[in-house]
Amino acid sequence: MAHFDENARPFSHKWLNERLAIDTLKRVLSTEYWIPKNINFLWAMGMVLAATFGLLLVSGIFLLMYYQPNTQLAFDSVNYTIMSEVGYGWLWRHIHGVGASVVFLIIYIHMFTGIYYGSYKKGRELIWLSGMLLFVLFSAEAFSGYMLPWGQMSYWAGMVITNLFSGGSLHANGLVEWIRGDYVPGQAFLNRFFMLHVLLIPLAIIGVIVLHFGTLRIPHVNNQDGEEIDFEEAAELYKAGKVKESKVIPFNPVFLSKDIFVMGIYFILFFYLVFYHFEFAMDPVNFDPANPLKTPTHIYPEWYFLWSYEVLRPFPTDPGLIAFAFAQVIFFLLPFLDRSPNVAPASRRGAFKFWFWALLIDMIVLTFMGKLPPEGIWSTIGLVAAVTFIGLWIALPIITSKEKKL
Amino acid sequence: MATNNKGRRDFMGMALGGFTALGGIGALYAMKRTWDPLPSVKAAGFTTLNMKEYEDNKLVVEKWRGKPIFVLKHSADIIEKLKKEKPDDLKRVIKIGDGHYTVCIGLCTHLGCIPGFRPETNDFLCACHGGMYDVTAQVTKAPPPRGLDIPPFKIDGDKLVLGEEGPEYKKMLADGITMPV
Amino acid sequence: MKELKILGIVTVFTLILYWGVEPFAHSQMHKHVEGHDFTYPDLPAVKAKGNAENGKNLVMACVGCHSITSQNMPAPMDPVMSAQTYGVNPPDLSNIGALFDEKFLAHFLLDPAKVTKSKHFAMPPSAGSEQDAADIVAYFKSIAPKEVSPKEAYAAACGRCHANRYGHWTQLGDVPKTKSNIKTGVDLDALEFKKKLGIYQNKLADYMGKLPPDLSIIIRARSEDFLETFVEDPQSQLPGTAMPRVGLTKEGYEKVKAYLEETGDPSKPLREKTGPWVVGFFVIFAFLAFLWKKSIWKGHH
Repeated sequence: MAHFDENARPFSHKWLNERLAIDTLKRVLSTEYWIPKNINFLWAMGMVLAATFGLLLVSGIFLLMYYQPNTQLAFDSVNYTIMSEVGYGWLWRHIHGVGASVVFLIIYIHMFTGIYYGSYKKGRELIWLSGMLLFVLFSAEAFSGYMLPWGQMSYWAGMVITNLFSGGSLHANGLVEWIRGDYVPGQAFLNRFFMLHVLLIPLAIIGVIVLHFGTLRIPHVNNQDGEEIDFEEAAELYKAGKVKESKVIPFNPVFLSKDIFVMGIYFILFFYLVFYHFEFAMDPVNFDPANPLKTPTHIYPEWYFLWSYEVLRPFPTDPGLIAFAFAQVIFFLLPFLDRSPNVAPASRRGAFKFWFWALLIDMIVLTFMGKLPPEGIWSTIGLVAAVTFIGLWIALPIITSKEKKL
Repeated sequence: MATNNKGRRDFMGMALGGFTALGGIGALYAMKRTWDPLPSVKAAGFTTLNMKEYEDNKLVVEKWRGKPIFVLKHSADIIEKLKKEKPDDLKRVIKIGDGHYTVCIGLCTHLGCIPGFRPETNDFLCACHGGMYDVTAQVTKAPPPRGLDIPPFKIDGDKLVLGEEGPEYKKMLADGITMPV
Repeated sequence: MKELKILGIVTVFTLILYWGVEPFAHSQMHKHVEGHDFTYPDLPAVKAKGNAENGKNLVMACVGCHSITSQNMPAPMDPVMSAQTYGVNPPDLSNIGALFDEKFLAHFLLDPAKVTKSKHFAMPPSAGSEQDAADIVAYFKSIAPKEVSPKEAYAAACGRCHANRYGHWTQLGDVPKTKSNIKTGVDLDALEFKKKLGIYQNKLADYMGKLPPDLSIIIRARSEDFLETFVEDPQSQLPGTAMPRVGLTKEGYEKVKAYLEETGDPSKPLREKTGPWVVGFFVIFAFLAFLWKKSIWKGHH
């Protein structure tokens, strides 16, 4: 039975504590949420991602005030009203555009950090899976947002990507029309992707972010050496004042202070891009209004989708779609395809080390080829890289099951 | 953590927090500007009326900044009557050339309904809460606290520009005939 | 230090990635066209020395189709009638001397189709000799205003074919201010203007093969390099395009570009003013955060 002190002043510490358990919350969520000391700045990417998501959310709210989800008005509401009429409208749009692109760079760094240090196994499988779910949701969010300015790239990306759902020789055109609500991307399509972009997907993202944080709580975050730490013992040591000897630090303020410093450096880069170097995130082709009767000379997805696009492109329709589907789901299976019990940096894991760098370089090659016109030597390199990508994943269980136990 | 550096830590933490708050103020300024009416909305805030077009004692409704504007040209006998009975009301009347006009925002000063004009009695009645106004839109029966507001105007020959403040309007403001809108 | 090594690796991979998807990919997608700074080296120099007085008499032939409003010579037909007759409205000649290249103009008068590299050209050869051409050009030079505003430059060089809706510009000039009927909401004047514009645009599209695009934000839809080389010689970037070579001087092009920036990227001045403050803020923020981190981590290692 809860006890409430009748004499406690409303909103005083005691009053709040009795009703909200603020002391316990603060302890559990921040001052006694223990993080290993043996980490580097890559461990700050989670907070960097949260901050970027915050920027996207805030800038998005202001864009939403003036955006018109109408095929006749959308283009000018973005490029005229927001960019030239609304006070600082250009700032929100640049933050939103650059943020959408940079968030994927950080996601990839975050993912490859996890792969490198083996932070997806031995109790951390759900961290990986919820993270991958976030990746998929962010991809859907980015794609739906890309439709909204209703430029040439919006329209033709909408056309091409929804056509993927016809399933190649399955000819599921009914499904494609159902997704679009029309024979081509039109008013119904724009409206529903607008809804997805500003409501349903962000809601899901926020929910899964909470889940992602939750999955961290029991296994704790990994560290640079994959060392298994007895967090309770180390925490006692820390609380006893032996901060130097203890292997852990509290999230607040010790880990946080480092996070914020990393964020500061990141924001310098981020706002440099927002003010001086935004073209990479705002493709010139999308400054031509959507024209259903003319495909642009070169169409390509944003850079963060290029690798999976290139896994699709070099093959004939059906195998291409299968390869594409493979690329979409295979990362989810990583914790189960890695058969080695070792949680350690890739550099100490023998063949896995080469697998890691090969995967990274192969994906960069795929990314390059995904943007280049599919002709001549580029097609060949793209095909080799796509086959290599599939081969690497098939090889993973074999390599890791032969790995020596550390 | 060691307690001996707590003072310095707090100082740095507060310096960082204060500096962040400074940036927050900057961001709030940008957000405030985003909520401002757009330049195109402001530029559309001018309406020019050709005063020659109006007939005596016939109410015409125009539009300015999205609000209804009552324009009522008074006949000579109405003006004579006003001179005798309500000389104060004449201050609300705009004189352009030989014509006398009542130009006001057609929204009741009580809660913003549109009062209706009654030609047979030459007055306005607001059906929402029963407020009444005379022929110059001066209030004659509560609840409205004052007569209908007069929009900023400038006389330009036989034209009237709503949205700009001419000397005649400024005088009305100074005399307390109407309130700034 | 280990962290710096990791940062180095992350940075190198990021930069490689950036190089591949931006500069490298774009260099492969768009062919490189060498510009000539609007000097038109394919046209030989004009040897004849122009005489403006003589040119003034010759120009009387021009005003059969063109207007020269600055000299009180009005257009013989309104733009819509002109478009119905010629396909496009012949330009006003008041400030062409200030915007277009002298050499280009002289050759243009001798053989418009050849010099513009466009089959779509209604104007017939209009100078009997190089001397006549030079005289006419000299006259236009003599009446050219000292200052031409960016918008005037756009109107003269692009505005009869390309609308610019963000600048409220149509092929028939500025969008007129009209008022709708308060009872019905119908704006007859605007509808009439729309109809006139529609007739003009249909004629123009017949003449050019398609309606030339609106240039409101072309400044962000095409690279700077593309725009410059394209305007200098459209065929170099888009072989077969109906767009004629217009013959702007470098300064004339800069004026047009200024107008395109005004309509397509009007936030540029404020963006460039705000940038240093925001980036500077985060430099100081990162520095303070570093000091805070250092003070908190004292005794931890």
